[in-house]
Amino acid sequence: MDKFKWGFIAILTAVLLLLPWLPFSSNKVLTLMIQMFLVASLAASWNILAGYAGQINLGHAAFFGLGALTTRLLWLNAYPFILSFLAGGAVATLFALIIGVPALRLKGIYFSIGTLALAEMLRVTVGNVLPGISALPAPDLINYDLAPRYYLISGLWVIIVGASFLISRSRIGLGIMTVREDEDAARAIGVNVFRHKLSAFVISAFFTGLTGSAFAYYHVSYYPQFTFNPVWTFDALIVTFIGGIGTIIGPIIGAVFFVLVRDVLTTSLTDFHLIIFGILIIAVVLLLPGGLVGLWHRAVRRKW
Amino acid sequence: MFETIGQNIVSGVLVGALYGLAAFGLSLVFGVLKVLNIAHGELIMLGGYSAFWIFNLYGIDPFFGLLLVIPLLFMVGWVLHKGLFSAVVKSDEEERIKNSMLIGFGLTLILQSVAIQLWTADERSITTAYATASLELAGIRLPVVRLAGLIIALLAVIGLELFMNRTYWGKAMRATAENWETASLTGINIQKIYLMTFALSAALAGVAGTLVSVSFSVNPAIGLSWTLKALIVVVLAGLGSIPGTLLAGVLLGVAESASAYLVGGAYRELVGLFLFLIILSIRPQGLFGGGRG
Repeated sequence: MDKFKWGFIAILTAVLLLLPWLPFSSNKVLTLMIQMFLVASLAASWNILAGYAGQINLGHAAFFGLGALTTRLLWLNAYPFILSFLAGGAVATLFALIIGVPALRLKGIYFSIGTLALAEMLRVTVGNVLPGISALPAPDLINYDLAPRYYLISGLWVIIVGASFLISRSRIGLGIMTVREDEDAARAIGVNVFRHKLSAFVISAFFTGLTGSAFAYYHVSYYPQFTFNPVWTFDALIVTFIGGIGTIIGPIIGAVFFVLVRDVLTTSLTDFHLIIFGILIIAVVLLLPGGLVGLWHRAVRRKW
Repeated sequence: MFETIGQNIVSGVLVGALYGLAAFGLSLVFGVLKVLNIAHGELIMLGGYSAFWIFNLYGIDPFFGLLLVIPLLFMVGWVLHKGLFSAVVKSDEEERIKNSMLIGFGLTLILQSVAIQLWTADERSITTAYATASLELAGIRLPVVRLAGLIIALLAVIGLELFMNRTYWGKAMRATAENWETASLTGINIQKIYLMTFALSAALAGVAGTLVSVSFSVNPAIGLSWTLKALIVVVLAGLGSIPGTLLAGVLLGVAESASAYLVGGAYRELVGLFLFLIILSIRPQGLFGGGRG
């Protein structure tokens, strides 16, 4: 069983690593994979705050948008890409530090609403200040290749998952999870509740910003406001919950399911796909508590 | 100078009354059911379309049309609760909020797409004979339809206060909001209260929607921005005070129009952002909310 599992993982890793060179690969396949890893990164970084610290951040799109905006501005102004890329994460982190102090004073659902409101104000402002479309210049378009985008985004996903894993095993991660379970008890045993929440918020924002930076590298032309759209937040939310919140594997399973279903629905039912998609989300929430990971666990338990 | 400032404040108050009205239903459902209905703005959108079609097809004045829109949206709320949210309120509080947000988001997608299919993505608004009429008071212009909005918001506050304090259903709702377990021990049928509250909240969204289609416009995508305004008002106000909710709405309206006047154009939303952060830093439980944060 174990040998089989590791063999499967090895083959999967090899296929993913060599994907752009494989015979069945095409732009369509690469685009789907990029979208999958993008949504998975977005969800995995959201999960760091929601899953481990129990704080439902509905302003996730703001960090994604800030990362994308910063990277795009710097990169198109001829700064080295790696610098622009990291700057995206840095700006998102800075914003998290600034709004985290007041926002994290809000408890539970008030935190969610507060972050949603802040993100929305930022979105409107970005739309007002930068109304024009942001497009890659012609020389970049000629050399545009999906393969490096694929590697960047999938690599970023690996890093976020690795970080999530390390956090879940670290002292600070344990502190964060204690805060999630019971703030008063955490405080009683000497855990600084606020500092742990803020740490989770900032780490989550950093990776979300980098995901935005990767998006800025991948996407050819879009309105800057688009990356601040609350849809990015809800994508992360839905993917995490469909997969299984607070788990390492949940976001990627959710992302595969989400992107594939969305793709099938958009191509087969153009006009009605959002209706079916909405019904599907509701059905998953009502029928699959614990998400797909929860379903898997229940199925396994039944078998043995 | 004085007139411009006065005009700005008055416009802010009039718009803010509508924000407050949009927030009543959301605050009610949030307080009693402990669920966050992200599709509240979509209910406002449905209310707006109902008023629009009642006016356009039957020529019924939108303010009389309220007599049809309110029961219609009440029924919509009834069905939505029976079909979806009654399943959500069975879980514990944390699950409730999470599930209601996801279901609300799914519902948003569905209602938006249905509205696009049925009524196209065109911008619609109700243009009555008095749509552009306005009163003038000390040099300050008061558009009649927005003034009517303020009056309806005030009537709604009075009506809701009477309902909450004088009737069995209202008292039962307050008891359920306070502590549903104790409420159910005193013989209150909690599930029925949840159903009534949700339907009432949808009816209030219908009132807000009617006013939106009279003094602004409706299209299938307006939902989220109204949900957001309502959410900001709910957070600013805190839970449990209906007049407080209206006041917070007015505060938001005035802050918006003042910042549009002072900072102008592109950065006006940032003023709201700072105000929001400052108020929450000082009073995380909201301006008019109870002790619990």
